[in-house]
Amino acid sequence: MSEEQGSLHFRANSVASIADESLRAALRNAADTFGTRRTLAFGSVPDLEALREKASAIRMEVLDNLPGYVDTFAANAARQGATVHRASDAQSACDIVGSILTGHGITMAAKGKSMVSEEIGLNHHLQRLGIEVVETDLGEYIIQLEGETPSHIIVPAIHKNRKQVGKLFSERLGVPYTEDPQVLTKTARKVMREKFLAAKAGISGANFAIADTGSLVLFTNEGNGRMVTSLPPLHVAVLSIEKILPKLTDLPTFIRLLPRSATGQAITSYVSLITGTRKAGEATGAKELHIVLVDNGRSSIVKGECREMLKCIRCGACMNVCPVYRTVGGHAYGWTYPGPMGMVLTTLLTGMENSYPLVDASTLCGACVDVCPVRIPLVELIVKLREERVRDGLSDRRERIGMRLFGAAAAQPALFGWGEKLSRLLWPVIKKVGGEKVAGRLPEPAARPFHRRMP
Amino acid sequence: MRVQLFGTCMIDSFYPEVGEATVQLLEHFGVEVVFPKGQTCCGQPAFNAGYREEARGAARHFLSVFTGDDPIVTPSGSCAAMVKHHYPELFRDDPRLAEKAARAAARVFEISQFLVGTLRAQERSFIGKGRITYHSSCHLTRMLGVREEPLLLIAALKGAEFVPMPDATRCCGFGGVFMAKLPEISCALAEEKADSVIATGADTVTGGDSACLMTIADALKRRGSTVKAKHLVQLLAEGL
Ligand code: SF4
Repeated sequence: MSEEQGSLHFRANSVASIADESLRAALRNAADTFGTRRTLAFGSVPDLEALREKASAIRMEVLDNLPGYVDTFAANAARQGATVHRASDAQSACDIVGSILTGHGITMAAKGKSMVSEEIGLNHHLQRLGIEVVETDLGEYIIQLEGETPSHIIVPAIHKNRKQVGKLFSERLGVPYTEDPQVLTKTARKVMREKFLAAKAGISGANFAIADTGSLVLFTNEGNGRMVTSLPPLHVAVLSIEKILPKLTDLPTFIRLLPRSATGQAITSYVSLITGTRKAGEATGAKELHIVLVDNGRSSIVKGECREMLKCIRCGACMNVCPVYRTVGGHAYGWTYPGPMGMVLTTLLTGMENSYPLVDASTLCGACVDVCPVRIPLVELIVKLREERVRDGLSDRRERIGMRLFGAAAAQPALFGWGEKLSRLLWPVIKKVGGEKVAGRLPEPAARPFHRRMP
Repeated sequence: MRVQLFGTCMIDSFYPEVGEATVQLLEHFGVEVVFPKGQTCCGQPAFNAGYREEARGAARHFLSVFTGDDPIVTPSGSCAAMVKHHYPELFRDDPRLAEKAARAAARVFEISQFLVGTLRAQERSFIGKGRITYHSSCHLTRMLGVREEPLLLIAALKGAEFVPMPDATRCCGFGGVFMAKLPEISCALAEEKADSVIATGADTVTGGDSACLMTIADALKRRGSTVKAKHLVQLLAEGL
């Protein structure tokens, strides 16, 4: 997959992003705004730490018994009238969705925001089958018009400023140029309204799936989630299997945590619970509901050392505070998921050999760990993955030699002393070889090291 | 009271004056400073880069050099965090070393932690001058949980004015191997940090980790700024 290639070029990608001043300004602006709002929003939560602990425990409970919960959810959703499909990988997920839609003669579908459908490349697949897919989340719609991929999991078009959106709209939609966000939103709404009414199928993701009721939960701000899932007669929900919560009574914990972590809202404008198909006497709801549960590697991740990554509720808080993300933006990561959660998840999902430079994309500053609502030990996981890369022989050769030497020297004081002496002597050469951006930033080594000054 | 001083490899090679200031301060408070011979590095560079075996080698050596029960004091938040949090984990499966690692973890202190918690240095006054801002290093703050101590010590610098830095807890971009592997991002972060420092109007930026201060000093120089970067122990020692 060509997108996968992107994660192998993290450094080159990031250099390009850094050079793009307007991108950096947009990113910094947006990430800071969300970060600040998040901090403010949690001001009104009395026992945040207990809440995080609880959320983490609920998510762990699911991971500890994942196959069981998937079965329970599937059985309860089916009882409510849904048709449940299981997809082991991206291809089978795409095939399932494709055949449901073609089977119904669908030529155009309205789609709500869904990261897993980005992960599996669903839009491309459906387009190849001749099905037009219209993104209805404003951010997703913007990048769809531009032919791009999301650069943030909550704010897909975070990298764009309103001037760029204004220009895009005037070019693609033939409307007069404006940078007024309200006018732009209105324009998009008008276009989408027509699509909603015309679409015979809606495709959505889900923030959570509730095992004991078989319900899907969607958090949205634009109302498009509701339209997509209830206006068209056919609704296809595509979600990854780890999104399950055991009980409906677990949901309030996440209602308190997710919007606050994501956008700094106490709650999103809409929280939709979809339980099965439209029942007799009900005025809304899809007549036919298909739920596609995507595994795509989760079953094996959950057995491994980095299983805690699957606790993630995709709030995006970690990216907003990550110094690296806010400098390079989501596209530099080269795949669906960016930022701290992305570097871990991408590596787990696509395999070390397809993504190994990504595990360098952290200073291990831990800002992400501070904000993660479900307490994913991201720094620990990043170090674990770096260890795995070393074990797999995929670490940089020069780094490997350097570390072997360092390891030998650190265990032998005489050797360490010699190493120091040697580097002092060779400093002018090291400085040259290391270059402006590395050795050039280090000061001259001291003429007499500290250990020689001590009795 | 006696302590064992861990100088760290960074300070050993690049900032011996920070080590000397640490000794001066501790002795000023009547503490006997022992510098265990043969100390090298805590192993953090290898650990963070994923070289667990090399890190274990360094840690094993550290544990053989730092024996006894005296507190281990170091002027580096990230090295203290390495000993405190990663040593026990590195030797999880080795009962003999696990016990040693747990003991080392229990007696390791970052210098500001020791100055405030044990020596109550914040109750004395030091002669301070100028406008000082503080960069809150990631490992010191987040991993070791040392937040208040450096600020209390800065407050003890009578005559100096403290000016808080915007986003003081944002990473300076050093990150050990990160600096070498993604130098462009590292530089961008350091420059952003330098801008924050300059925006405060301070004449000195201080902190608890020489590596961060090094990165910041370099970015300041590139920005043509005259703001000095000094380890907190240097400011305190100068003000004795
Ligand atoms: S890792 Fe944590 S902070 Fe990041 S998106 Fe997932 S839940 Fe949110």
